[in-house]
Amino acid sequence: MIYSLSLLLILVGLYGVIVSRNTLKIVISLVIMEHGVHLLLILVGYRAGGQPPIVDPETAMAVFAGQAVDPLPQALVLTSIVIGLGVLALLVALCVRLYERYGTFDVTEIRRLRG
Amino acid sequence: MKADRHTEGMGIIVKTVARWLKGFILLYGIYLVLYGHITPGGGFAGGVVISCAFILLTLAGGENHGLRFFPKTASSTLDSMGLLLFLAIAWLGTWWLGGAFFKNVISTPEQAYFTLFSGGTIPLSNIGLGLKVASSLFLVFTVLAAFRLAMDAADKDEDEP
Amino acid sequence: MIEVLAILILLSVIAAIVAVETEELLPAVIALGAVGFLLAIIFVFLAAPDVAIVQIGVEVISLVILIRATLGRDTKPATPRRRIFGTIVGVAVVGAIGLFGVRIFTEFPGFGSPVMDRFVDAPSVTYLLDGLSSVGAPNIVTAVLLDFRAYDTLGEATVLFTAVLGALVILRRKARVHGDKEEDGKK
Repeated sequence: MIYSLSLLLILVGLYGVIVSRNTLKIVISLVIMEHGVHLLLILVGYRAGGQPPIVDPETAMAVFAGQAVDPLPQALVLTSIVIGLGVLALLVALCVRLYERYGTFDVTEIRRLRG
Repeated sequence: MKADRHTEGMGIIVKTVARWLKGFILLYGIYLVLYGHITPGGGFAGGVVISCAFILLTLAGGENHGLRFFPKTASSTLDSMGLLLFLAIAWLGTWWLGGAFFKNVISTPEQAYFTLFSGGTIPLSNIGLGLKVASSLFLVFTVLAAFRLAMDAADKDEDEP
Repeated sequence: MIEVLAILILLSVIAAIVAVETEELLPAVIALGAVGFLLAIIFVFLAAPDVAIVQIGVEVISLVILIRATLGRDTKPATPRRRIFGTIVGVAVVGAIGLFGVRIFTEFPGFGSPVMDRFVDAPSVTYLLDGLSSVGAPNIVTAVLLDFRAYDTLGEATVLFTAVLGALVILRRKARVHGDKEEDGKK
């Protein structure tokens, strides 16, 4: 099933978040998880043989509503992608600051050093 | 040395190509923002592409070159201005009697569908959003990627005995 | 059609596994770029052109940010041996969530019938039917974003503003690492 494949993408990202020891690897895995979620949302709203939700002048509205894919998940995913970029910038700023403070990207070292 | 590449940018071929391309990318971004209610696009897509034009400028010519076109005070001011424009258009809906916060107060006559000036307050909101997204992303890219490494390179040179 | 989609999603899963498993950071970032671009192609196949444009632009900017943050920094982990216990816990958690997820997906309608067909008064049907006449914009996704669901867009603009503000505040330089020199201000 197609939905299970996108769930696999989410799970690969989740595995990376749990297991990685490099803070930048954790950030990369988080981005992979976001990609999987966006893919799942748009897969849910797809109509087989459908057309994009943009009206063209020749089609009647009733026919268009029966033929177009769902516009609501697309709108939500669009805002989510841009928010994901803002959060990525914030996380990378945090990682750079941690690197300056502790001299390493390794999560285990950051936990052990005090002060 | 690392500091050279970040302050002076890349070679002559990259700089020339970037100088030719930045106008086209900016034009495409403005097209996406303005025609967002007719064709696929909108405020977010146009804002991302406009910021890509300025990021190309910064990467090719060094961060001083990019900041000369779009200084940091201007980009943070434009950031706030875009958001305030969006909010002002939303608030405009409350002035009409029986209106709500985000009411679309300009109605479109039937023959004006599919043209540039249709869609009510949507093109104005798109412009506000496009400004906001473009300046936010350019600001965060400049502070994060360009300045940081130059400062680190300068620190590493000072640290060496 | 569904075979093409399945192959593309499988390719992006393989690229994601490569991104998670490699030791070096630059190949991981490049594999992340592969996931993002494949996803943009999948969005075009799924009749979502708006989302594909935004995905490509955002992917390019995030790749540039990640690469510039990793260049020239020491990224080797301190203990090169992978811990066994952590790997087992990770696989167990991921496997449990995967089993739950596959069980839930049997409750979904099949792939190809959108979620708005399942409910008799779904809002998307209203958006599609009345979008052009009540808003005046042919692009229904923009009409949904900026007229029917404009509060969500306001929330998104606020979150983006706050995230960028947070990133700028974090990178404000006040003191050096070893504390012997002081530099204040950011500009």
